[in-house]
Order: sequence, then C-alpha cells, then structure tokens
Amino acid sequence: MPTPLLEIAGLSKSFPGVKALDTVDLAVQAGEIHALMGENGAGKSTLIKVLTGVFPRDAGETRLSGQEIAPKSPREAEALGISTVYQEVNLIPHLSVAENICIGRQPTWAGTIRWGAITKRARAALARLDLSLDVNRQLSSYSIAIQQMVAIARALDVSAKLLILDEPTSSLDKTEVDELFKKLRILRQDGLGIIFITHFLDQVYEISDSITVLRNGCRVGCFATKELPRINLVSHMIGKNLGQVEALEQTRASAATIRSETPMLEARGLGKKGSIHPLDLDIRPGEVVGLAGLLGSGRTETARLLFGVDNPDQGTIRINNQPVRLRSPRIAIRYRIALTPEDRKVAGVIPNLTVRENIVLALQASRGSWRRLSVAEQEKLADRFINSLGIKTPSREQIVRNLSGGNQQKVLLARWLATEPKLFILDEPTRGIDVGAKAEIEKLIQSLRQDGLAVLFISSELEEVVRQSQRVVVLRDRRKVDELTEAAISEQAIMESIASHSSERAEA
Amino acid sequence: MSDWLSDLIFWIVFAAILFALRRQRIFWTAGALALLLLFNQFFTPGFFHLQVLDGHLYGSRIDVLNQGAKVMLLSLGMVLVIATGGVDLSVGAVMAIAAAVSSRLLVTQHLPPGVAIAVALGVSVLAGAWNGLLVAGLGIQPIVATLVLMVAGRGIAQLITEGQIINFLDPTMVYLGNGHLFGLPFTLTLVVVMLLLTHFLVRRTALGLFIESVGDNDEASRYSGINAKQVKFLVYTFSGLCAGLAGLVACSNIKSADANNIGLYLELDAILAVVVGGTSLQGGRFYLVGAVIGGLFIQTLTTTFYAKNVSSDIAPVPKALVIIAVCLLQSEIFRTKLARVLRPLEKFLKPVGSWLPRHHPTIAPHDSPKS
Repeated sequence: MPTPLLEIAGLSKSFPGVKALDTVDLAVQAGEIHALMGENGAGKSTLIKVLTGVFPRDAGETRLSGQEIAPKSPREAEALGISTVYQEVNLIPHLSVAENICIGRQPTWAGTIRWGAITKRARAALARLDLSLDVNRQLSSYSIAIQQMVAIARALDVSAKLLILDEPTSSLDKTEVDELFKKLRILRQDGLGIIFITHFLDQVYEISDSITVLRNGCRVGCFATKELPRINLVSHMIGKNLGQVEALEQTRASAATIRSETPMLEARGLGKKGSIHPLDLDIRPGEVVGLAGLLGSGRTETARLLFGVDNPDQGTIRINNQPVRLRSPRIAIRYRIALTPEDRKVAGVIPNLTVRENIVLALQASRGSWRRLSVAEQEKLADRFINSLGIKTPSREQIVRNLSGGNQQKVLLARWLATEPKLFILDEPTRGIDVGAKAEIEKLIQSLRQDGLAVLFISSELEEVVRQSQRVVVLRDRRKVDELTEAAISEQAIMESIASHSSERAEA
Repeated sequence: MSDWLSDLIFWIVFAAILFALRRQRIFWTAGALALLLLFNQFFTPGFFHLQVLDGHLYGSRIDVLNQGAKVMLLSLGMVLVIATGGVDLSVGAVMAIAAAVSSRLLVTQHLPPGVAIAVALGVSVLAGAWNGLLVAGLGIQPIVATLVLMVAGRGIAQLITEGQIINFLDPTMVYLGNGHLFGLPFTLTLVVVMLLLTHFLVRRTALGLFIESVGDNDEASRYSGINAKQVKFLVYTFSGLCAGLAGLVACSNIKSADANNIGLYLELDAILAVVVGGTSLQGGRFYLVGAVIGGLFIQTLTTTFYAKNVSSDIAPVPKALVIIAVCLLQSEIFRTKLARVLRPLEKFLKPVGSWLPRHHPTIAPHDSPKS
C-alpha cells in the first residue's frame, strides 16, 4: 500500500468530563472518498476540528503526505492543503460568488483589491468543478445546493490535497445530491483525498470507497465499503448486535389503534398567498399524518400556518370542533399544539441556556412569568426527560450548545412533551441525526400516537414517512396533490403521486 | 476603633466574599474591585480613612457608595435591557427629565415632594415605555430607538425647566441624595432595596429566564410561546424607572436641576458597569449583582483618579485601559492564553493557583479540570 495522503495515529482529545477522542487512527489515500461514520457524539466533529486546528490535541500525531503536521488554526490547515466545508454553508450571502470564493485571500495590488483577478480566480475555481455561474451575482440568489458547491470551490481555491465535507448533503434534495456527487467524482479523479461525513447510509454506499466507524470517541474499524454490508455498518455504529438492529429496521407502524373519528384539528381551505395554496387537512387523535413532498413543496409552510407562526389569509381551522384563530405560537400552544421546527438552530434551541432551562421553557411560558416553576420542580422535570428520552449530557446544567445534534433534538422534544400537547407537529425531527437517535425518536413518535396524540410528521426521507404514518398528504409546488391512507402508503406510491402531478404542471 | 483594625476587618470580609464567589462568573468583577481597593490601600493615603460625625460614617469608601449609587441604579435597568440583546442610550437624558419634572413641580408649582417624586418617576416610566414601544412594537433597532430620546430628552428637560437651573431646598428632596440612614448614606439603602426588588422581579418569577431566552435566541423564544415583545417592552420601561430614580438622586446631590448636565454620559458608565459585571452585549445570560459591582468598580476608579489628582480631562484614558483589562480578564480565551504565557512561572504561582477559580461555565460541575 502506498503512503497514505493523510495518516492520523493515536489521536486523543478530552474535554472536561468527556473523553471525546481516544487514540483514534485514520488513514486516507489520495484519490479516495473516505466516509467517517458514527452516531452523534461519537467524535466525528471533534476529529475534524482537531485535524484542522480548531482544537489543540492532547496526544497523537498527524502526517500529511508523510510530513508530520500540527496546524494550530483552520487557516494554517488550509495553507497545508486541508480544506473543510462545514454542514452549514459558511459563506456570506450578500456578497457576490467571486467575493465569497476569494474573501480572506483576495489578490491585492498596493493595498487595493484587484477585482479583475478575483473574477478570474473565481471562474477558475468553479471551472475545476465543471460549474459555470455568473460570479458577480449575489450568492444568496443561488440555491443552497449551488452555494454548497461554491463553498467547495472556495475550499479548493487554495491548493487543497485533502477536502473534508461535514454533512454536505443534509439540506440538499436528491437531484442536488447527484450533482454534488458528480463533482466529487471529478475531484477524486484529480487525486484529491476526500473525507465525507454524513448520516445518510445510501449516500455512503453510493460514493465512498472506504469507511471508518467511530463510536464513543474510539475507532471501531476501517472497512472497504464494498465489503461491509449495510446492516453490519449500522451495528458497528450503534454498538448493538445484528439481531437488535434488524428488529429496529423492521418496526413499521402498526395500524392505528385508538383513533377517534372526530379530528383533533380540522383545516378547511387553509392557505396563504405566496406560501401555500388552500388545502384541507384533518389530524385525528392517535394518528400520525405524514407530510411528504420535495424541498420547497410547502411542508414547512403548512406547519407554520398550523402553529400560528404565519397567519393564513384564507380558510378555517377547527380544533375539537371549535373554530379557532391561531394568530401566534402562544395561542397555538394554548390549544395544546407543539412544534419542533425544521431549523433547530434558528427556531429551536436557546444555545447558551442549560438543558434544564431549555426543557422547562415552553411549559413555563404557558404558565406565564408569575407562576414560576421552582428550581426543584424544574430539576425533576429535566431529570425525567433526560432519563426517559436518553439525552446524553454530563449534567442537566450543561449548556445546550455543547450537545450533539441528536441530543439537542431530544431536548426540544422534551420541551414540548413537558407541555403535554394534544397535537405534535414534527418538522424534520430526524434531520442530521444518527441512526440510533433516529430509531429512538421514531419509537417515541409511535408511543405518543398510542397515547392518543395527534402527530403531523414532516420528513424528506420517504421511507421514514412511510414507516411512521397512517395517512400521508402529498404536497407539490405548494399545493396538496394527493392523500394516501393505510395500505396505499408506499414510497413508490408517494413518488408516483409527486411525479404524475409534476408532469401535469410541467409546462408551467 | 483604630484604622488598621477596621481595614483588617474590611479585608477579611472582602476575602471571604471573594472566596464564596470563586466559582461564579462575577468573581472577576469582584476581584478587579479588590485589586483597585488594594491599590488605594497602599498608594492613596487617606482613602481607607473612616470617620464618624454626628453618628454618620464618612470616608472615601462611603463616598464611592454614595456617588456610585446613580450608576448602580442605572445598571440595574441597563443589565436587563442588554440581556435582551438591546441597549438603552437614553438613560442619561431620562435622568435629566426626571430631575426637571420633580424640581419644577416642587419649586414653581409648590407641590408636596411626595407628589413631585411620584410624577417624576411616572414620567420616567413613560419615557422607558416609549423606548419599549419603538423597540418591541415597531421593531426599531435599540441603538437607534433609544438614540431618539437620548438626543431629544435633554431638549424636553430644557423645555420643562424653561432653560433655567432650578434650585431647591426641600428637605425631603435633599434627603434623597444627601441624607443618612443607619449611619450610611440613604442612597445605599435605595440601591440595596432596588437590587432586591429587581432580583425578586426577575429571579423569583420566570421573567429572568424569559429575558435570557429572548436575548439568546429571539426566534426560538417566540416558537416556545414567550411573548418576546412584552418582555422587551417591560425591560425598557423598567430601565426608565431606574433612570428616573437615578435622576432624582443626581439632582438631590447638587440640590438643583441642571437639564444640561445631569446624567451626562452616564449611559456609557452604566453600559460599562454591565459589561464589567460579566454580561455580554450580545444578550442572553445576565448578572444582576455583577452589574452593581461593576457600577461600584467604575465609581471607585473615578474616585481614585480624583484622589490621585488626575485631571478629569485625562482620566478617561487610564479608565479605558483598566476597563479593557477587566473585560479581558473575564474572557475565557484570554485567560487560557495568559495561562500559557505564564506557564514558566507556574512553580511560583502554584500555591496561589490552587485556590484561584478554574470554573468552566459551559461544563458540568461534577467534572474535574484536566492537568
């Protein structure tokens, strides 16, 4: 075997109270796409951050092309040839594409910026990805997928040898992912080493050559993708044996049990101009209704109307047969509606408050500021949910920002469960979450349903929608196009429903 | 009681307080105050001298408490405003309005002092509510919204006093800023009462949690059912009340209402007090007691410069340097870097270092710091 492009040996990193990385090894060859897999909190992000100099290491060594390196900052790592593209696009939306590509290393002449050179360099960087854009247009005018590629182009602008992609696909849809993968294959051809972090197993099998699995800060092993059956990968990641994993995979929502015929929520002709065309929607107690559709099909917009974040300009909502007007989340909460938003960071967690404070927040808000929950009550509540949802945190007083994505999501679920909702709207509750946590959240949803909650479940992953829902509402181009029930629900049916209706509107 | 003995008792008590605070964020604020006082103990003769006249205590430290009352009062309102991610630049002008209203009612209208004070406070609350309306109701950026009143407020005060400096001798009004209670300046009682009241208002109710939540993530707070607008409106209104009280104290101090000079630049001292007290200008977590100690620190600094005969034109420069140093001390990143630089000296510092706090505010209490 040739000397690997990147070789990490015995890397360790502790944070107070946690051993985040424990003598981890990793080897990436040039011209290889290497997937880094593991549950949330397994140490993937820490590994990347130590590698790129965001955190100092405690022990271990790193060699790039045989040379020992120890970058102290991401900048230094970039200069050495290690470039990183993070999950959230770290670009500046209001600047042009060219500016984004060159910012921080703009060519200057006597202190002034050479705009011509910037444009040229940006074009060259994009050309490497076989991408032609108007580099003078504002970045935000392009789709997230294109922005992602601009981020990659930016990363490649410095003479990169190793490209690290941290969850690059979590906000892309299928065709965009295909497009991205095409580019990655070009780069692989060029002899770049690529470390690819994702939660999507399909994508790992589609693109990667080898897989390193981390669990609880330790390396479980390094495998050739072709020789590792999917089920084994999952079992390595979550550290359970094969039988247990198979059982998890086979859980399919049983038929609705205690469904009552009067809907908990009944929307008629509910719509808002520029957001979603009028639609009808019923959600009954003890029922999970799935909202399926492509990105931008109006799923989140529907959820926002039902939770009072946006106000509809037409249609009615009835809750338990009473007409209501949900003018704000506060009013929706009063009707025992809960919502975990699509974007955890923006509309979900309060990052610098503790797990306890985040959990009690919605319940406390509904009680008002005078009827304060005592600290003892707050602690009891927090402990209850930390235990029942298995939130991994060193303590209830840990600030939420330091938790992994999956655990942050559980904190949000806890916040709403504490209010004992009757209707739970879950917008992409499993996005960016590992298999283990995903299975736990799915199990939780089913048990809530059995307790008689009405659930509106929104997800980009069709198989998840199929597994969870008793009824699926299909959206396309911001309108409801179909509704499938019970036996009729299948991935195939949903896709056909989306596709057929799209072809009808193809000329539009 | 001889001076050295009272000094000794003072320092023992102060050290005990510092020790009790060693794991708190405000340790650094209190520590900075201790250093400043220590400097005065050795280099400013007479700073620690205490004297009893007519059963009242006098001395530089008492002066600091009395003179610092205005900034401490302002900082109580300011810290809540800053915690929501805003800032209130108008407090100095609101002080002038409160002073103008009270003395005008007292002197030209011959109203009883109780009424004058009540109306002045009422007007201050209205001024605060105006800010709240602009920020919460109309969504104007706090710095712009409060700038309006900062600039216009002094004009309003001038209108009320009709451009005159109004002098008064009413004993109640004079008592407010100059009287003594329990042998100490009355203003100290006022600050303590307001501190307790504010503490009760934000920590015994859930308001503090809502304020921190709104300041940390406005959008997510709304999704959680918090009435963010109401919370913001409340803190600006409260800041108005605090400014009104500070204004009454200020005009009582000089027994006159001078609309041009009362509370001038005090909004900046109040903001500094909050920052020195450990609250980030980005909003979120706030430290009430820290803000008050921060106010005390800034007043001690000012008084130290007076005592050292630093011209008031130059004083802002060393003041700025000291404040930068305190802010740096609070920064975890800076302390880590400093520790790295000081590592060669570790041998000598170890005995000191062992009791120095190494708190990790982001990390759970039960873990042990490494190395």
